[in-house]
Amino acid sequence: MKDHLYNFLLHLGDNALVLGHRLSEICGHGPILEQDMAMTNIALDLVGQSRNIFQYAARMKGGDTTEDTLAYLRDATAFKNVLLVEQKNGDFAKTILRQFLYDAYNYPLYKRLMNSSDKDLAAIAEKSIKEITYHLKWSSEWVIRLGDGTEESHNRMNNAIQDLWSYTGELFKYSDYEISCHESGILPDLNGIAEEWNAEVKNIFAEAGLEIPEKAWSHDGGKRGVHSEHLGFLLAEMQFLQRAYPGQEW
Amino acid sequence: MNTAISKEDVYSILEKVSDPEVPVLSIIDLGVVRDVILSDDLVEVVITPTYTGCPAMDMIEVEIKATLQEHGFERTKITTILSPAWTTDWLSESGKQKLREYGIAPPQGAAKSKRALFSEESGIICPQCSSTNTEMVSQFGSTACKAQYKCLSCEEPFDYFKCH
Ligand SMILES: [Zn+2]
Repeated sequence: MKDHLYNFLLHLGDNALVLGHRLSEICGHGPILEQDMAMTNIALDLVGQSRNIFQYAARMKGGDTTEDTLAYLRDATAFKNVLLVEQKNGDFAKTILRQFLYDAYNYPLYKRLMNSSDKDLAAIAEKSIKEITYHLKWSSEWVIRLGDGTEESHNRMNNAIQDLWSYTGELFKYSDYEISCHESGILPDLNGIAEEWNAEVKNIFAEAGLEIPEKAWSHDGGKRGVHSEHLGFLLAEMQFLQRAYPGQEW
Repeated sequence: MNTAISKEDVYSILEKVSDPEVPVLSIIDLGVVRDVILSDDLVEVVITPTYTGCPAMDMIEVEIKATLQEHGFERTKITTILSPAWTTDWLSESGKQKLREYGIAPPQGAAKSKRALFSEESGIICPQCSSTNTEMVSQFGSTACKAQYKCLSCEEPFDYFKCH
């Protein structure tokens, strides 16, 4: 088994699953019905994408590993998602900004993964890209609406930027497995993705009347399993059923 | 297995399997059946998901197996492929007609990039009164495949099976 590919798959699957779970927490609590439905639709897409990735990872691992054991029976230190996606929902501005910062990274990433040297991963990316395109469109529109909205919504966007900006640097910092994947043609150059991300964020922020913060210190660790305290609480809820009643089925 | 069975026979049996979320559509109308492979006593049905998180897909697998079994096929296998990715371009013409009659506006035109900001599909025909004076409420609807629209002529809301 190629360990670097397996770890990279967990990283991709964990990003999608953790953000999907965060968005699912909003189900029934959205600011208006249409946007409640939008966020739960996006949650569904992300959880679906994580399933495709975990199914592939489980085939690679073999033995008793399944998509369910990967989602429900790993501890926080085994999760490889970036710290950005585990941050709490906060107010609507923060939920939107977290989504936008992530979508603006995910879109160029998956676009490139469609040409990955790993054919299974390329097929997953091809299947996911149209959904990710919808997500980015939706979150971009809301960043503009809130940034260029009322004084209240504009201030809330600025607070969200303060809260989340230091989690964006990690997106483009190579982990060991990403370096190996890059060397074997599985993963494209993160610098190219960073350039596209920077251009997208600059563009949308300009239209929203929002300022990009000065370059500052950034958090990292998520890709190698060092998480903020939020992930443990998230997993406690997400994994409760399978931990309390192992093997339970619908 | 009866050796006289052809692929076409299996396809016509699969016409009886409907999409659990839009029950007027068969899985053949929907375009999710990509191939049928007959070998010895095994029927293999190759399907592709509409949306990755579509909860209907698990249900569809169960229904395919059950329906084939009802028709005497004991050994069945479902294989899921992701590439080429499903598109609404594969929705059959009869499927589009069935959607319209069911009160869901079928996708208009070919699937293309929706990357443009604030772009929305316009001129969508209201399934109630056939007016094109309609507007999008949200690109996300009651299921992954639908967007929410409203008709400005008859003032009814409706679902649009969006181009994908
Ligand atoms: Zn009408």
